Amino acid sequence: MQEITTTDHTPISKTNAPVIEIKDLYKSFGKNEVLKGINLIVNKGENLVVLGKSGSGKSITIKCLVGLIGVDKGEINVFGTDITKLDNTELNKIRIRIGFLFQNAALYDSMSVRENLGFTLKRHAKDLSAEELENQIVEVLESVGLSEAIDKMPSELSGGMRKRIGLARTLILKPEIILYDEPTTGLDTITSREISELILEIQKKNKTSSIIITHDMPCAKHTSDRIVILKEGVIHIEGTYEELEKSDDEWVRSFFI
Amino acid sequence: MNKTVTEKKESIISYLKDTFNDVGKVTLFATRFFKEVLKPPYEMKEFIKQCYNIGYKSLPLVTITGFIMGLVLTLQSRPTLAKFGAESWLPSMVALSLIREIAPVITALICAGKVSSGIGAELGSMKVTEQIDAMEVSAINPYKYLVVTRILATTLMIPLLVIYADGIGIIGGYAGINIHGEVSLYRYLAQVLESITFLDIFPATIKTFFFGFFIGMIGCYKGYNAANGTESVGKAANSAVVTASLTIFIIDMLAVQITDLFF
Repeated sequence: MQEITTTDHTPISKTNAPVIEIKDLYKSFGKNEVLKGINLIVNKGENLVVLGKSGSGKSITIKCLVGLIGVDKGEINVFGTDITKLDNTELNKIRIRIGFLFQNAALYDSMSVRENLGFTLKRHAKDLSAEELENQIVEVLESVGLSEAIDKMPSELSGGMRKRIGLARTLILKPEIILYDEPTTGLDTITSREISELILEIQKKNKTSSIIITHDMPCAKHTSDRIVILKEGVIHIEGTYEELEKSDDEWVRSFFI
Repeated sequence: MNKTVTEKKESIISYLKDTFNDVGKVTLFATRFFKEVLKPPYEMKEFIKQCYNIGYKSLPLVTITGFIMGLVLTLQSRPTLAKFGAESWLPSMVALSLIREIAPVITALICAGKVSSGIGAELGSMKVTEQIDAMEVSAINPYKYLVVTRILATTLMIPLLVIYADGIGIIGGYAGINIHGEVSLYRYLAQVLESITFLDIFPATIKTFFFGFFIGMIGCYKGYNAANGTESVGKAANSAVVTASLTIFIIDMLAVQITDLFF
């Protein structure tokens, strides 16, 4: 695998230009057509929330975006490059600029929090000294408010803590785009709010662009600049929280009750 | 009636398709190992950790089974040899049986149970909890970090465990002989060493590298390709043991045939 440094970034799109542009995306699993022509744009610095019923293809869309799932047809332009045409080495250069927070945080069970955070950083910033590495780990843990958990194992962490550490592991590579797959699922109301605030804080502080997949409407309201709703494999409607809340479409309004 | 025959035909065809599909996938998975193994970066720390887990942590189990193998083999063989007045051949017979066949196969089977299932379950649970995907999206090659290190470790550690089991088995044989008689350790070892030649050790050791490779490869393949859901973790572990055990017998059969031809 080619070594990639965190500074290996080509200039990103102009302000407010799309950092992600999905065109006519199709994906099937056997006879089950999940995505039937998705068209989506995420502008620089924007938080886009994706809503939809379970099985509508929300998670599949963001997994296609990082090349975890191959597409059947369509274009996925990230930072102006169609990632569906890239080989693995080129794709990795894009992946390093994208953070992905998994639904259950996907922390490496056999590693402590420190090792979880250092694992990725060590491999992509090989010129860092041990001291610099430790400083970056501590710094990112402080930014998610969990510096005391540095020596804990994932099994010792609560659901909310796991999400925060997962986010810290994502942030340590200083991504320009963050994809959140149901960041507040399974958390109590207070912790959900804390995670939502953290997402907003990251957007403001790091100027990141994000796609947030959620079923949690307070989280959607709190974090979204714009919302799209998926229905039967296509984008059914898009708008701001306030616009969609007052939509004429009863099915759309049902999300906001 | 016709419908039943058609259904049976379809199920056989579907079974054959799945089997060939699986064989193809395993072949591609194994081929990828040879492509990735020499390419940097080398995950030395993880490789050493796996050698420790697979080799060192299997020592107590291999010690107990190795000792019992030697002891039981001696006790079971003694009456037959005694009938022919060939009791003095006991040390040579035990040593040759252990080195050429019993220690490699039994140790490999024990490791298939302990190591292959462990790898299958570990990687299976990493797959189910999206930890493998997390590595992939962080631009880290999970195959290199998880699979290559484990296959290399089993390929290297299983032969060492077998050599160790040979030694422990021979000590077990000494204990077995001394239950019914009194033979000095010096005399026993002298007779053992006199009966063993390079051609007894060499083919038996070579086949253990193949045992090790397939124990690691099958465990990794089953775990890495586990389906979603916690149930698949158990299935991956179970399937890894069964497939690895069967593969050990097939390799052993081929190895014996090849040894017969060339040695």
